[in-house]
Amino acid sequence: MTSLDQRQDAQRALAGGAAPRRWGSWYIAEHRIRAMKGYAGDAIFQSFGNPLIYLFALGVGLASLVPQGIGEVSYLQFVAPALMATAAMTVAANETSYPIMMGFKWNPIFFGMNASPITGGQIVNGMMIHIALRIVVTVAIYFGIIVLFGAVPSGLGWLAIGAATLTGMAIGVVLSTYTSTIEEDRGQMAMLQRFGITPLFLFSGTFFPLDQLPVWLQPIGWASPLWHGTELGRVLTYGADEPIWLTVTHVGYLTTLLIVGLWATRKHFVRRLNK
Amino acid sequence: MPQPVITASQLTKVYGDFTAVDGIDFEVAPGESFGLLGPNGAGKSTTMRMVGAVSTRTSGALSILGLDPNDHGPDIRSQLGVVPQQDNLDQELRVRDNLLVYGRYFGLPRAVVAERADALLEFAQLTDRKKAKVDDLSGGMKRRLTIARALINEPRILLLDEPTTGLDPQARHILWDRLFRLKEQGTTLVLTTHYMDEAEQLCDRLVVVDKGRIMAEGSPAALIREYSSKEVLEVRFGSDKNAEAAERMAGVGDRLEVLPDRILVYSENGEAALEAVTHMGLEPITSLVRRSSLEDVFLRLTGRSLIE
Repeated sequence: MTSLDQRQDAQRALAGGAAPRRWGSWYIAEHRIRAMKGYAGDAIFQSFGNPLIYLFALGVGLASLVPQGIGEVSYLQFVAPALMATAAMTVAANETSYPIMMGFKWNPIFFGMNASPITGGQIVNGMMIHIALRIVVTVAIYFGIIVLFGAVPSGLGWLAIGAATLTGMAIGVVLSTYTSTIEEDRGQMAMLQRFGITPLFLFSGTFFPLDQLPVWLQPIGWASPLWHGTELGRVLTYGADEPIWLTVTHVGYLTTLLIVGLWATRKHFVRRLNK
Repeated sequence: MPQPVITASQLTKVYGDFTAVDGIDFEVAPGESFGLLGPNGAGKSTTMRMVGAVSTRTSGALSILGLDPNDHGPDIRSQLGVVPQQDNLDQELRVRDNLLVYGRYFGLPRAVVAERADALLEFAQLTDRKKAKVDDLSGGMKRRLTIARALINEPRILLLDEPTTGLDPQARHILWDRLFRLKEQGTTLVLTTHYMDEAEQLCDRLVVVDKGRIMAEGSPAALIREYSSKEVLEVRFGSDKNAEAAERMAGVGDRLEVLPDRILVYSENGEAALEAVTHMGLEPITSLVRRSSLEDVFLRLTGRSLIE
């Protein structure tokens, strides 16, 4: 039997849970943004420094060895959208590796969040909102710099910011699907970098068209979200010539990874936090 | 009598083939300070995680503030304050920022959170450390900050899992003082501990838990009355001689308990028991007469010591 007191308690609880149920993901994003105060300087420096280093080395230096360009565009124009997508991947990889291991283990803030009205799924959403914001800012700066280098002939080029962000997020949720299951640190993060991120960077048609690779190596590129993101970026920044079905495939592939990865990461978080 | 804020009935949690909580029943009344006393691994933390509406029960019934945590986790958690066994403050944030971000999780407006954060820093005696990094705080300060964080939503129920484990005596006393104030203000406290003195200090009522089961329930004084004598005489003869001395001491006091390092004599009058021992021609290396404690209750109930 429930008394008046108990009904009041229950009503108060239902009212108290209403805002967190609706906005919880944004509260987590707000937390993560506030935590950036500690490393905002480094992040901004990297956002400007990385593009400059890569563009001078590859777009100016290496490009001088490829005076004829690639296809119909200069080497700089060819490589710039790939570098932008790679920058998105780098931010995503950084944010979905150690920070997730840390949140479960070394500084278990996820358990603190989960003790409040926030759910495991909202924690993942909030983390991903923050990562998406970081990627947007990073690639927008990148885009500004490649425009200054004269590497964006197409008027639709700015859409490449969205394409690179989608690429970063698709890779990020695939990584977080794995990192959210790691219980003990046995160097998995370093392995992931060495045998996951680096090969993706090298075999995704970043520096040369994928069809330059032997046929048996090309499937790495087809499976690589970075290749799909890079090709999409090329369509947008200089109108790279490819059939429309392939462009649709790039978007579809990245979106599918994003949806599946987000679903799986949320599942792992909930399972681990509510043991 | 007011309706309980927590009701657990045959509450059970099973992990694979290990039963962490084995069909326990208890109720907590509003404003009550309720404790779960037991050794490490007794199932206290698992119980707390179920009451905290994060861990899903395997079977049994559980109602918190009249709601079932299976259906209303976020709603229930909006009314709880949780102090976990392991600190999980965000080390990337400063002291005050930890309270600010946490308050937002409950959907509180920023201005309200800021006002409460300052009041709670005062309560936790951390006002002068509000801009410090969490890592630079002592263990006791971190615990106080965690308690302050748990109070940011003005909870109906405060859950404390081993609140003073790992703290030095002075830090423990400061923390007890703070918790006592909350109790006086009418906050419902639910705490787990394996320290009998903590349970005696803070709990109106407690359950003694061992291996996932409740062994006894009552106020600290009632439990001591029921399961122990008024006084205890502790005598030591040296580890190789204790057993032999205990045989000769049969009949002294109400009951004897032989531990590896000492013999406990349960008696209404400890001094008289000591006199009886010396009369027998036995000469203990050390002797001590003390009041009975919850430790003795636990020993009586389980045959084991709380801290092993």
